[in-house]
Amino acid sequence: MSRSDVLVDADWAEAHIGDPHVVIVEVDEDTSAYDKGHIPTAVKIDWKKDLQDPVRRDFVDKTGFEALLSERGISNDDTVLLYGGNNNWFAAYAYWYFRLYGHDKVLLLDGGRKKWELDSRELSTDVPKRTRTSYTAREQDRSLRALRDEVIDAIGKRNLVDVRSPDEFTGRLLAPAHLPQEQAQRAGHIPTARNVPWSKAANEDGTFRSDDELRRLYEGEAGLDFGKDTIAYCRIGERSAHTWFVLHELLGLPNVKNYDGSWTEYGSLVGVPIELGEAR
Amino acid sequence: MTADGCGAPAGGVSAPAAAGSQAVVEGKVTRDGAAVSTGYARLLGTGDEFVAEVPLGDDGGFRFFAAPGSWTLRVLAPGGLRAERSVQADYGQVTTVQVAI
Repeated sequence: MSRSDVLVDADWAEAHIGDPHVVIVEVDEDTSAYDKGHIPTAVKIDWKKDLQDPVRRDFVDKTGFEALLSERGISNDDTVLLYGGNNNWFAAYAYWYFRLYGHDKVLLLDGGRKKWELDSRELSTDVPKRTRTSYTAREQDRSLRALRDEVIDAIGKRNLVDVRSPDEFTGRLLAPAHLPQEQAQRAGHIPTARNVPWSKAANEDGTFRSDDELRRLYEGEAGLDFGKDTIAYCRIGERSAHTWFVLHELLGLPNVKNYDGSWTEYGSLVGVPIELGEAR
Repeated sequence: MTADGCGAPAGGVSAPAAAGSQAVVEGKVTRDGAAVSTGYARLLGTGDEFVAEVPLGDDGGFRFFAAPGSWTLRVLAPGGLRAERSVQADYGQVTTVQVAI
């Protein structure tokens, strides 16, 4: 797999508006962004309402994913082009999700909604009507997802990449700086984790840095051992999906998992080790 | 805004911030006196270290809950428009920054 297999630019997206085999999907936390204007023909997925289980802390199961995609008019043969706000955080999270449930023909729009807007490209408020499908998902690919016990066992053995901001990593903040700091769990990071904020992988316009720059960042500057398996985490798993996309999809590292429980789970566990301050 | 989300809240600033124990940086972006509703505000630390980013609201508004300290606020808007301001944040204070681009 290479960059061109998983990542397309805005010109490609523009050329495929109306392509019957390509479904463009906007994924956001703030779905009012879609309502304000979206890439013409795009449908929307709300990362929380549509992708999360409404009761348990988990994401929708296979049946739920099948129901969602069927309702949105996405079939197994469609190429799905994902994009979103926040430098594609939630689009990358959805991308990981599509791969988790076995949808191989999935692409991410480089730069996402931000670059599209900054380029002054066309936005539409028309909501497309797509014909319902009968989507069939595969069983969850657990080689892409880490759960808490595996993370604890990975301390000191695998690459642990904490992709939150330095202030969250060191324990000075519990959440990103544009959100209230009301969380109650402990601050800090998982011992032996390296801090490579997701933002270092992106340019100012939201596009990904080049493969060479990314390799230098993770292997050179952060000292990750590319010969080892890797687990990425953040606070709830979507910024780390962005880094999972970089390591697994762009750089082609074979064994990279996203820990979607992330700090909101780990930082609330009783008895697990936590480090404060800079990486040791 | 979701309490447990990592992502950006809905664009803009819907109500005045009550700083409480937080260090709030907020403001509005205008061009020729009119609100700039399409664009992004980025909060950067020392050495241009990225801290956070929010889309501008319909009224050109933005808000950050920062740590105390000195920050750079950078605004990006279509047409290659950009602006930068130095801001100081402190716990219990709302720092207001108006940006004309």
